[in-house]
Amino acid sequence: MAQDDRQLTVRTRGLSRGFDGRAVLNNIDLEIAPGEFVALLGRSGSGKSTLLRALAELDHGVPGSGTLEVPQKRAVVFQDSRLLPWARVLDNVILGLDGDDAAERGRTALAEVGLAGREKAWPTELSGGEQQRVSLARSLVREPELLLADEPFGALDALTKIRMHGLLQELCAKHRPAVLLVTHDVDEAIALADRVLVLDHGSFAVELTIDLPHPRADHVVEIAEYRRTLLEALGVEVSV
Amino acid sequence: MSVSVEPRRFGSGLAGDADTDQKPDPGATADLSPRTTRSRLAPGKPIKFGLVIGPALLLVAWIVTSATGVLDPKTLSAPWTVVTTAWELIGDGRLQSNMWTSVQRALIGGVIGVVLGLVLALAAGLSRIGEALIDGPVQIKRSIPTLALMPLAILWFGIGEEMKILLIALSVFVPVYINTYSALRGIDARYVELAETLDLSRARFVRRIALPGALPGFFTGLRLSVTIAWLALVVVEQVNASSGIGYLMYQARNYGMTEIIIVGLVVYAILGFGSDLLVRAAERKALAWRRTIGN
Repeated sequence: MAQDDRQLTVRTRGLSRGFDGRAVLNNIDLEIAPGEFVALLGRSGSGKSTLLRALAELDHGVPGSGTLEVPQKRAVVFQDSRLLPWARVLDNVILGLDGDDAAERGRTALAEVGLAGREKAWPTELSGGEQQRVSLARSLVREPELLLADEPFGALDALTKIRMHGLLQELCAKHRPAVLLVTHDVDEAIALADRVLVLDHGSFAVELTIDLPHPRADHVVEIAEYRRTLLEALGVEVSV
Repeated sequence: MSVSVEPRRFGSGLAGDADTDQKPDPGATADLSPRTTRSRLAPGKPIKFGLVIGPALLLVAWIVTSATGVLDPKTLSAPWTVVTTAWELIGDGRLQSNMWTSVQRALIGGVIGVVLGLVLALAAGLSRIGEALIDGPVQIKRSIPTLALMPLAILWFGIGEEMKILLIALSVFVPVYINTYSALRGIDARYVELAETLDLSRARFVRRIALPGALPGFFTGLRLSVTIAWLALVVVEQVNASSGIGYLMYQARNYGMTEIIIVGLVVYAILGFGSDLLVRAAERKALAWRRTIGN
């Protein structure tokens, strides 16, 4: 990070990744500032999950080039909550944590996601939304500088999703990690992000700053405008 | 507002009469008497004590045919003869001492076999070197029936306890190894990825993810092993033994005493069934997290 005087949490330069000789990511330059919430939109196959996995350094063996600077303190929220079914909720949250205060920190994190009192439950006893909240607690208890979320609410029903949006927004406002949220849900991106990027065929097609205070639901006119722009970028015809 | 959208609780009546002490109970007004309709294609209502009906009928047939003399006592002793024989064997202590010998053999051989299978499975399942060194020989061993090793075992260890315990242990370790090893190798790659994002150390990964994840496989192997331990016991005890339930039965055969053979069979059945119950109880306790999936 020497040649740039801005503090950045994520910086990629010319990041390319490909499978079977086909480029999935094409010269991506991405910068995320500390505490910034970036949503990454794209159709399926646009490369958004590939980018997230590259930032998570989970893409071992995938051919590619470019430079990648990500903090060591990062956490990933997957689409499936990925809780260990054989570990109780609290043990899932503090998995891999060190120190005598690990359990206490885990309890605090669970309380933050509204699951105080469920420490001893098995993951299978929780609903899908609750499981994803445990997964959020597991990520946030590590106080990450970068939170990578791969369609975290994709498997939840519409009502639970809205509640989770509120929770994630609240938690991010409190802990201020830089966030990259991969989603295919335009409304989710507008509701949560400071900046929305649309990925198309491996490079960014649109970059849009969402300049609205939280909570945003009442800004109907602006939201409609953002929505139209993003849907167009995604190739969806919006009839009036 | 012209339309009333006041929230009303189901079954609690009008809002006006809610000022009684009784909490609104949605279940109170609903008729929840048991309904008896069943799926047309299901096997039907379970029969009370259904599991005992078959064995009870067999027992009745045995009693009736013995009492009427249809069943020759030389073929199969009468039930009452078996009971009195068992009583006598207990009375002079022969049943207990032989049973204890058998249990000891199965237990020592079983424990050695289970530990061996577990250690080998961990070594093979968690490292490529271990896999290269261990898995091949075990797969070869697996295709040789352990009891076919008996002549060699007798030559090496004689006809004493070592040979018997060795053969039981060799029979037992295979299913423990196979099931634990494949469970370790079958750990969901998503959990490996999770461990990576959480920056788990190798030791922690093994302790928190690999081992608990492989536990169901280990228990499957363990239950098979218990059955196999008794099976191996029966065979080794009928060859050159001077004590044990198998020896008791072997001797009874020489004297044509079917009642003692039946007593031996009943003891084997009780031991086998009992040990399976124990393992299943241990499994239920160790895999408590699994119970929540089904119910």
